[in-house]
Amino acid sequence: MAGNRFNANQDHGVGVGLRIPHYDHIFREKPAVDWFEIISENYMVDGGRPLAMLDRIMEQYRVVQHGVSMYFGSAQAADLEHLRKLKRLVKRTGTPWLSDHLCWGSVDGTYSHDLLPLPYTWEAVEKTAARIREVQDFLEIPVAVENVSSYAAYTQSEMTEWEFLNEVVERADCGILLDVNNIYVSSVNHDFDPMEYVNAVPAERVAQMHIAGHSKYEKYILDTHDHPVIDPVWALYARAVDRCGPTPTLLEWDDRIPSFDEVWAEARKAERYLVAAQEVGAR
Amino acid sequence: MSGMSLETMQRRMLAAVMQPLTPEDTMRERNEAGERMADVAAEFVAPNDRLTAFERLEIYNRQYWFRLLGALGEDFPALRRVLGSRRFDALAVAYLKEHPSRSFTLRNLGRELVGWMRKHPEYLGRRKRLALDVARVEWACVEAFDNGELAPLTAEEIGDLHGGSRLGLQAHLQLLELDFPADDVVLELHQRERKGASEGGARPEMGEMKPEALDVERRRTWLAVHRADGSLYYRRITKEEYQTLTALGRGLGLGEALGAGFRRSRIGPAERPAALQEWFAHWAGLSWLTKPEIEERA
Repeated sequence: MAGNRFNANQDHGVGVGLRIPHYDHIFREKPAVDWFEIISENYMVDGGRPLAMLDRIMEQYRVVQHGVSMYFGSAQAADLEHLRKLKRLVKRTGTPWLSDHLCWGSVDGTYSHDLLPLPYTWEAVEKTAARIREVQDFLEIPVAVENVSSYAAYTQSEMTEWEFLNEVVERADCGILLDVNNIYVSSVNHDFDPMEYVNAVPAERVAQMHIAGHSKYEKYILDTHDHPVIDPVWALYARAVDRCGPTPTLLEWDDRIPSFDEVWAEARKAERYLVAAQEVGAR
Repeated sequence: MSGMSLETMQRRMLAAVMQPLTPEDTMRERNEAGERMADVAAEFVAPNDRLTAFERLEIYNRQYWFRLLGALGEDFPALRRVLGSRRFDALAVAYLKEHPSRSFTLRNLGRELVGWMRKHPEYLGRRKRLALDVARVEWACVEAFDNGELAPLTAEEIGDLHGGSRLGLQAHLQLLELDFPADDVVLELHQRERKGASEGGARPEMGEMKPEALDVERRRTWLAVHRADGSLYYRRITKEEYQTLTALGRGLGLGEALGAGFRRSRIGPAERPAALQEWFAHWAGLSWLTKPEIEERA
């Protein structure tokens, strides 16, 4: 894989999310997975089985950290204790880059534990970019922000989601974790063309990509990570790889988790797109 | 929403998202201040041709409660079985209203639950003390699972102990004095939980559940919940061991801690040296004792 400065010029190919039900299989069968993505918060503990399992995984695999509670878009200051614990884990894992979501989720020290969408305003651009810079400076590794799925739009928004993303990453000088499933989910929920979004993303900043499945309801789609990837999402992924070149890619499967083999087989479908992009790049 | 700062909007939206659902799991028509939620939602959420602002906000309101109730249920599966799902959900909602998450991790969601339950017996059903004991054991498991591991006392350091020595206790060691043998209850209920999971597929669904029929008699029990080689263990200890260890944990010197340990003890003075030898052998073997403040003997 061709890297860039937002993924520390690493050559990670296709990975999957490390999940507890798969530990035994991974230790027993040692599948040839290129890398695992770990949820940082699951390992920001003082000891015990989580860290022991992580250490065992790291003996054989590369891991990349992905967070769910940094809340770059929360209007108030970052929690220093959180940052210190995160940095301790960064040093333990040696993660080449770290990602979290372009969203908010806490106010006055109270946490929603949800990835709440931001209003696409200039105030949010400035505050979010400043927070990302602060976190990036503190952690001393490249940070990539992930576009989230959303179910609500704000009356106050002044731009499209992709314009907002571009403004934030330019001002923060950070990378993007491009989640093509999230783009698809939001495009259905907010009636926009997902290909227009993919085409507008600054390709040179994409550090990593996410693919996943979702659940369809009568009036909206929920990002549930409990199904295989659907064809329209593969089409977005193909276009994204076409634009960005071969990029570290990860399949998320977080609920109703099937066997490791099933998850890995689904993830490996991404390989043909990456190989094709590599061949184009080599010509 | 025009003119509303980002911080004000976020404060307003989080309050709406955290508002308890109706019994039908929908968003309430009015918030606690009496405002119509349709008006609150319209302040900052835009509708589309399929969903009103209220309905869009409701998606987040439902997700908040489903996620947090699920997380609390995962940490306290035996308590949920003792109370039954309806009473457990009522308890969880009331608890989370008073103690919303103040941590970046859901791991700490139940930290205040036992203390809150003591103040709110009206949520605990008929078997109040059993429910409390079960919650205490389950929270001890959460703490013992991933608390830190301190360097244990070496044999040499144990040899150097004297009456004034102060000892630390292992960070994952949790000591409990219970009214019921709640460790047996929790083990039994966790087994039923796992059985339900393996029969039902990948994980137990959080469906409706009546309170479990339990045949358990009141019996004072002293329990240590701890970790060894990454696994959790329950170890029954004597009242004297419990009293000694908790006294050490409070920072008393070894001599004073032993005095507290043998208070109202049936172990006679002649039998105490042998008991002490046995305790220390067990405690050291399990790495429960940590760095003492070894003072130089005069």
